[in-house]
Formats: sequence, C-alpha cells, structure tokens
Amino acid sequence: MIDDEFSSELMRKYSFLSKRVSVDWLTVECSPKNLVDLLQSLRDQEGFDILIDLTAVDHGEDCESRFSTVIHLYSLVHRGYIRVHSVCSDNDNPIMPSCAEIYPAANWHEREAYDMFGIKFTDHPNLKRILMWDDYPYFPLRKEFPLAGIDTPLPAADVAEVTDASVEPAPMMGGPFVSGASGPMSDSEPRAKDESWTEEMEKGS
Amino acid sequence: MEIKSDQFAYNGKVEGDVIVTRSDAVINWIRKHSVWPMPMGLACCAIELMASAASRYDISRFGMEVMRFSPRQSDCMIVAGTVTYKMAEVVRRIYDQMGDPKWVVAMGACASTGGMYRSYAVMQGVDNIVPVDVYVSGCPPRPEALLDAMMKLQDKIGKESSVSNLSKKQPVASA
Repeated sequence: MIDDEFSSELMRKYSFLSKRVSVDWLTVECSPKNLVDLLQSLRDQEGFDILIDLTAVDHGEDCESRFSTVIHLYSLVHRGYIRVHSVCSDNDNPIMPSCAEIYPAANWHEREAYDMFGIKFTDHPNLKRILMWDDYPYFPLRKEFPLAGIDTPLPAADVAEVTDASVEPAPMMGGPFVSGASGPMSDSEPRAKDESWTEEMEKGS
Repeated sequence: MEIKSDQFAYNGKVEGDVIVTRSDAVINWIRKHSVWPMPMGLACCAIELMASAASRYDISRFGMEVMRFSPRQSDCMIVAGTVTYKMAEVVRRIYDQMGDPKWVVAMGACASTGGMYRSYAVMQGVDNIVPVDVYVSGCPPRPEALLDAMMKLQDKIGKESSVSNLSKKQPVASA
C-alpha cells in the first residue's frame, strides 16, 4: 500500500527527490539528470512495473521553467500509483532523458510529447513525430499555437499542386456547436461561447 | 414497287429482338446498377457504412453491394469519416488510382465540412482534394441516409453524359 510510511521511506532512500502537493497519489519531483536512475530503481526495487502514462505540460510562455514531463507509474505489488514530475531546464530547446529503455511503453508516449510540445527525449530509439506529419513545422499543444492552426503547405507537394489545397486555420467561429456572441442560446443542443483565438483575434486572458 | 410506310417499321420476327435507344441511356443504366463502392472508412461513419451493407439495411437491394478494398476495382469512393491533413494525401492517391468514370460520396459531417473538428489537424471537407458528387448529413448518418445518398448518386449517374464524365476536372474549393 502506498501510504505516508511508504512515501517517507521512499523520500529517505532517494534523497534527490522532493515531494509535490497532490490531491490523490504520491507525487514526486525529480530532476532530469536523476530521472533514468530513479525510474530504473522504481521498476526493479520498488515494484512499479507498469508505465500508465507519460505526458508533458506547457506552463506558459512567461513561466520560469516552461516545460515539464509527468510520468504515471502503477505498481501491481502496492496496488497504487506514483507520479513523477520533471522540469525541463531549457525553455527554448527543452530536453528530457528518454525512459523507453526502461519502460518500452514510453516509446510512443515520448514521441507524442515530442510531436505536441517539441520536447527532445535524448537516447530515444526513434524520436520522430507520431501524429502530425514529419515535416510539420509547429508543436500544436504549445501555448502560443492557436487551436485553429496555422497556414502550412500540405504534406504532399504533388497533391497540393493538383488540388490547390493547403493546411488552413479553422477557427471555432462559424463552426458547429458554437454560439455567436449575442442572441439567444439553445438549451437543447451542446453549445459554447466562442472564445477561440487566431492570428486576427487577440488571445483572452 | 409501292412501299407502304408501315413496312419501315421494325419486324421482330425477321430481325430478332432489337431495342433502339440512346447510348447514354444504356451505358448509364448499366453503370448505375453496378456501382462498386470503395469504402474509405476513416472514423465512426465507417461503422454505419458496414451496417448499411449488412443484412438489416442490405445495400445490395440497390445494386451496389460489391465493396472493394482495392481502388482499381471500384468506381465510387465513400469517404466515411474524419479526413485529417495527414490522411488527405492518402485519400487523394487512392482516388487517383480508381479507374474512370468515378464518383465520390462524402458521408457524414466530417467528410463534408470537417464537422465538429475545427482544429489544426483536420481538413475542413474532403471536397478540398477530391470532387464530391453527393454529401450526406449526419454525425454519423443512419444507414438509411447513406442508402438515400447512393440512390441519389444513381439518379445523378443516370443523367450524366456517359462520355464527358470520363475526365473530371478538380473543382476549386471555395475559400
């Protein structure tokens, strides 16, 4: 069981860890340079045998440390989770050590985090985009990227030449399930006020 | 010898069973009753597409049940689902591989307009890359709606010029 006793024992064993505030499971803060060693021991010594999730967070352009990764591990021994949070040191060129060697399940998760946030996972066996096409120039889940998208050429140049199509921004305004700024709103259908932002429309606070 | 006007009339006993008609009417009649759809199933619409081919809705009642997964054996692409920009290239290449004459059905909101996916990754309507003949509304459309669309496509095939549709121009998508 993962209780206070377990967590204080863990913090004593791995002195480089610090505890983070969490409403549910034990959450620890680990620096990138200790991350691989920590995960190795969590898997082999502490019984955290399943990688549940690996994802990244963009805390905002103005934040001191902008990008971080979050790893969720589950233990079939303790029947509980641990959450490992690591902050990328460089805001412009975020780097994180890969843990695909330890947990093979992390392979695609890290590719996704790279695809969406541009975090480079060092020593990853195959770090390329997983969702967007290979030469897509942006990282769509970064805070400065508008949901509507940015004008980009189509992935296939020959198709673009024949069809005259390109990747165009699709703002929420004018789309379905979006109400105008004024007028009556329907109660019977899903609806949302349009708060999307694009190149033309300022980003709200 | 005096020739009576009724002697020019067709004599079935002498000349056999011959029907006189326009070539368009015959060719289109043949085409529209043997539509071979290419199921371009990309999302949940594909499930409804499968349902319309199964026993309860039975698309074969209308002469277009021969779903072929090879574009070279089919002449009607049913785009059933969300077309992402990454997939758009594939859709176009498969369309290019289909033999002429060919038709496209945009099934459901996503294929027609992008649907609820107003985002950076989703093409806002497959008509940006292929010429669409019939759009089907719904998210996803019921099998009846697809059957109706396919019957509308049959009507459309019946009214086309059977030669001029051998080379289709790519319509310029409205901005």
